[in-house]
Amino acid sequence: MAKPTDLVQGTLDLLILRTLALQPMHGWGIAQRIRQVSKEVLQVRQGALYPALHRLEQQGWIRAKWGESENNRRAKYYLLTPDGAKYLRQEQAQWKRLSSAIGLVLEMSS
Amino acid sequence: MRWHYKLPLRLRSLFRKDRAELDLNDELQFHLQNQIDEFVAQGMNPQEARRAARQSLGGVEQVKEECRDMRPTNLIEKFLQDVRFGFRMLRRSPGFTVLTILCLTLGIGANAAVFSWVEGILLRPYPLVSQQERLVSLTGTVRDEKDETSWPDLLDLQRSCTLCETLFVSKITGATLNIGERAQVISGSIVSANYFDAIGVHPILGRGFEPGEDTGRNAHPLVVISYHLWQTRFKGDPQIIGTTQRFDNVVHTIIGVAPQGFCGTFVGRSMEYWVPASMLEVFDGGGDKLEDRGARWAEAYVRLKPGVTRNQAQQEISAIATRLEAEYPATNRGRGIKVWPLWQTPFNHAGHLLPIFEIMVVVTMLVLLIVCANVGNLLLVRSFARRHEMTVRLALGAGPGRLLRQLVTEGLLLSAFGAAGGILVAFWCRHALVLLFPGDAMYLPGQIDGRVLGLSAAICLVVTLAVGLVPAFQTRHLALADTLKTGVSTVLGARGGAWFRSSLVILQVTLSFILLVGASLLIQSLRKIRTTDLGFSTTRVFDTWMPLVAAGYDAPRAKTFQDELIQRVRAIPGVESAAYARAVPLGYGSFSSTPIAVDGYEPPPNEQPTAEYNEVSPDYFATLGIPLLSGREFTRADDENAARVAIVNQTMIARYWRGQNPIGQRLQVKGDWVQVVGVVKDSKYHSMDEAPRPFFYVPLRQYFAIEPGIHIRTTQPLQTVQTALIREVRALDPNLAVYEMIPLQEQVDRSTSHELVAVALVALFGGLALLLASIGLYGVMSYTVSQSARELGLRMALGASTSSVLRLVLSRGLLLTTTGIIIGIALALLLTRLLGNLLYQVSPRDPLAFAAAFAVMTLASVAACFLPAWRATRTDPVRALRAE
Repeated sequence: MAKPTDLVQGTLDLLILRTLALQPMHGWGIAQRIRQVSKEVLQVRQGALYPALHRLEQQGWIRAKWGESENNRRAKYYLLTPDGAKYLRQEQAQWKRLSSAIGLVLEMSS
Repeated sequence: MRWHYKLPLRLRSLFRKDRAELDLNDELQFHLQNQIDEFVAQGMNPQEARRAARQSLGGVEQVKEECRDMRPTNLIEKFLQDVRFGFRMLRRSPGFTVLTILCLTLGIGANAAVFSWVEGILLRPYPLVSQQERLVSLTGTVRDEKDETSWPDLLDLQRSCTLCETLFVSKITGATLNIGERAQVISGSIVSANYFDAIGVHPILGRGFEPGEDTGRNAHPLVVISYHLWQTRFKGDPQIIGTTQRFDNVVHTIIGVAPQGFCGTFVGRSMEYWVPASMLEVFDGGGDKLEDRGARWAEAYVRLKPGVTRNQAQQEISAIATRLEAEYPATNRGRGIKVWPLWQTPFNHAGHLLPIFEIMVVVTMLVLLIVCANVGNLLLVRSFARRHEMTVRLALGAGPGRLLRQLVTEGLLLSAFGAAGGILVAFWCRHALVLLFPGDAMYLPGQIDGRVLGLSAAICLVVTLAVGLVPAFQTRHLALADTLKTGVSTVLGARGGAWFRSSLVILQVTLSFILLVGASLLIQSLRKIRTTDLGFSTTRVFDTWMPLVAAGYDAPRAKTFQDELIQRVRAIPGVESAAYARAVPLGYGSFSSTPIAVDGYEPPPNEQPTAEYNEVSPDYFATLGIPLLSGREFTRADDENAARVAIVNQTMIARYWRGQNPIGQRLQVKGDWVQVVGVVKDSKYHSMDEAPRPFFYVPLRQYFAIEPGIHIRTTQPLQTVQTALIREVRALDPNLAVYEMIPLQEQVDRSTSHELVAVALVALFGGLALLLASIGLYGVMSYTVSQSARELGLRMALGASTSSVLRLVLSRGLLLTTTGIIIGIALALLLTRLLGNLLYQVSPRDPLAFAAAFAVMTLASVAACFLPAWRATRTDPVRALRAE
């Protein structure tokens, strides 16, 4: 397994929102999901996840509610708000433009 | 971004912090549990799994803190934390705290009090009157000198002025009010009928005046009384409307009661009643002036339409005045109408007070600066004492920004207390200005409104920054490495930071020196004014008057009464002489004035010579001690049946008789020719600082006034004379009241009361500044001495004598003072010009005043330095050296 890549600054928010777009999820689940989906390439530093969640909550992109987890523990689930969904769409488009632009530049130089 | 997601969150994190903390804890515990489960599933034992899980999270407490930082309300929490910490720090050194807050209270309080006076007396002088910012006052002008205006002119102005919303007249007057046993004189206003509507004040009982009630000679004896009068003299009688009451012996119907707090529209007096202009003759005398364009008596205000500037209004009004001049040349030639801002209104006290307030604003700002320097210094000294604490906090990971915030918060706490105290001071002082006016019931209320509070808050913020940033500036240099170097002893005056403290002290000395110069200039000026030769003598002369008109006397009865009374008064033991005169020099009443003509004097074209005169009885010049230079005094023979005569003053001879002896010459007074029979010395008539002016006297009998004042020169004290006079008056007419008798000197003092107020205020603040600067100097010197105990000890151990140590410390302190004084002299030379017309015959650069300020400042600083210097000589060399 290759060494997990450090997350580019600011992309953690995007990953969290994208994950929550599928279904409400607790912090632990989000971390796992990001790792699985990115085929173990992206590993979220766990310490950074929770401040990010709290910040997104304060900004109103996501909101929290308490529920039961799969293993019957009390867990804090996060949901995407309509504002958050809108923000995610904007950011996704932005990201695609950026990454394709970078891809173009890289291919040109090789 | 929607507030309905965010607001509950913020409120929760602010007010339900425990809950938020529990949630945070649960959330992280859930994560840890899952991680532990996963590790156990991978084959670790539970103990190991728990540790590994914590490790992978990266420190539970740190994550929690990071999460807390995400809450915006955390800023508030941190601020509250700073505030709590600040309180603890302030409580720990109560002496410092009390001293600092006291200083700030004085500084902010002085400013707030002066602001509240400016607001309540100059800017919004009339409580309850709406939209005062659009009010301006009007006066007439004659050849660019201010004069009153006439009623017909104002009516024309009101009709043709398009930029004015409304024009109203309000002329101060007074009346004798007799209710039951008690007679008193109360102030009131003669107003136009639109008065109450124009100012937007509505009587709480009854009504204001209706259109037309200001027309017709004596046609509408109606009166609106003040709330105060209603409560005090009419016992708040709810049935008062429609009842009648004598005002100056004319029966008036009370038609309204003004709301509580409404004091009329005159700076310096609280009005007790209002009568329509139709009743002018009753209160002002002199025939029917409402139809007479030449009779100038009115004082008027205009409310400009929104958006109209004073200049625009002046232009239009000047155009109207020019038109009136062309239409009525006989009465209006050379006359204009001028618009004044409220704070320069010439016919009330605003005009006199304005220069005083200008000075006061500057002075209190200087005091505030001194206070800031002082408090800054105190904080600086303390920040040295707290260097340890700061370094420890830095070492424990507090950012410099956090420390800065802490220091500014502490500054804010101090200045907030100072501001609160200052506003209390201003509140207590809002009526204090009146106390400075000698023996005179003035009404000069300060007003603490939103604007005053806002300004005080702004000052508080500026002060916070000033005093909070000074130690912060110092902390900036705080290096962690300094932690280890503790209690570094300093060489006298030669270490970093010392220069900063020293310059703060120099600043204080400079500023208080400037204030001292100002105070001593004003004191000198007042002394000059008070010792000016009046041209008459005030010692042991008392005067008073009797309200004969109000008591129903006509001229023949008044003549008999006056004759009988003066005989009786002269017989009172101790009375040297007594006389009547219509007006008192330097008093409130005005002298009569007349166009004059003199035989053999050809006036320049376009000029009508006028002069003022006083109607006096025989013995007047003897009673007032005005020297008769040639000719004779008036005698009892100069009565209405004899040929008319006059006595003139020196300036009059110089101007109209080219210095020749005028006795036997003729003078035309009010159209009649009178013969000059005597010459008296010039004296002061209106004010102490007036230039000599032509003036003459005529016999009271020939130009009769029913209510002249009586002047009595006596060897007895005032109380005895007053009692005797009342006895004599009662013997003649038991129903007649006698007004309070006052010494002529007090009358004269009242005319210089504005100068006195300026002196008192500047001296007060100058003294305050001196005290603060001395405290500052003392503080810095004490600190320096305590910090350099080692050096002093060393010097003494090496044989320095007590006197040389004393000299060393004193010279260091005096160096600061001298520097401050030198800068102060330079600045004062520039600044004292501001005192301008408050100074009477004193140059703003008067060397004596500078010398006096220099002496006082030097003495104060020697005193301030002496104690620390003396303490320095008591340094025990052994102990000082061992302490290291």
